[in-house]
Amino acid sequence: MLTLTSPVETWAHRLPAGGKLAALAGVTTALFLVGSPWLLAGAFAGAALLYLTGGVAFSRAGLRQLWPLWPFVLIVGLWHLWTAEVVQGAAILLRMMSAVALANFVTMTTRLSDMLAVFERLARPLSPILPPRRLALAFALVIRFIPVMLDRMGQIRQSWTARSPRAPRWRVMVPATLAALDDADRVAEALRARGGAG
Amino acid sequence: MERNLTHVALFAALIAVLGLVPKLDLAAGVPITAQSLGIMLCGTVLGARRGALAVLLFLALVAAGLPLLSGGRGGIGVFAGPSVGFLVGFPIAAFVAGWVMERTTLSPAVAATAASVIGGIGVLYVFGIVGMALVLGKTLSEAAFLSFAFLPGDAVKAVIAGLVTQSLARMRPASLLSRA
Repeated sequence: MLTLTSPVETWAHRLPAGGKLAALAGVTTALFLVGSPWLLAGAFAGAALLYLTGGVAFSRAGLRQLWPLWPFVLIVGLWHLWTAEVVQGAAILLRMMSAVALANFVTMTTRLSDMLAVFERLARPLSPILPPRRLALAFALVIRFIPVMLDRMGQIRQSWTARSPRAPRWRVMVPATLAALDDADRVAEALRARGGAG
Repeated sequence: MERNLTHVALFAALIAVLGLVPKLDLAAGVPITAQSLGIMLCGTVLGARRGALAVLLFLALVAAGLPLLSGGRGGIGVFAGPSVGFLVGFPIAAFVAGWVMERTTLSPAVAATAASVIGGIGVLYVFGIVGMALVLGKTLSEAAFLSFAFLPGDAVKAVIAGLVTQSLARMRPASLLSRA
């Protein structure tokens, strides 16, 4: 499956994932405490520069990741034009876009396996109730079963359309959910036969 | 033990798959994605605890960088955006839906629809609206106004969650872990 990690190698790919996440947490908190539109504009320019150090292709990919925000930018923009609080509106939008862009930057420069390793390390204090091995197994199971379930969703849809002139719509949900429940039982048996989930 | 783990993992995968199913496929004319239907089903089928864990597992993989949210979104960025409240509310919505399902003795269809409305709409919107108000710098009522665009779609999904849960209860009563 495709992850959001950028195939364009940047200097930030080589930094440790835990450090990047800690820095991101700090900067994001600061962004929400700062009210001055100038400081926020500076933060946004900083984020843009950060992307540009990765090259043009990397920056363009980063811009695409920001695209889903456009309805909110439109609504907030129009709203503040209407109420004539343009500066305040600009501050809100700059803060939101900087926070999302910086977080996306961390995602784009960190491999999935490194990120999951950080999560597993963060969950270590919970090890009496959630053994790290079981968490790792759960991550692996989900990643493995998403393509399996997508395939089966397609099969269910096909077999429906082979028999009915109408579109399947929500009715595919019943066999899909049932199949997930059956798979869960079978995988549990298979795990137990191989020595359990640890 | 293993069954708990696999149910949680497989339902986390189900939420992801439902986010990838194209819009317009579930109900005629209503542009909805099925992702929040997956959240509701986690609660009504798996029950409160397992349902919430499945949603948390799904969110962890999204945060880790898999583009599994509807529309192919993912990464840590979505937790800094305006829909952060909905994401935070997801596991709690599943928990509440499962809790309602476990505590009532109504027929599965009625109980699951009610559970989905209470958890998947009521509880979820409280979190979603607060999150949107914080990120967009709006008052709660203004954010609520923006969120209500999703209400018709979510109402349809609550009914579908009820129908699916009822079908499962009829076909395989033992599979409804929330009523086990």
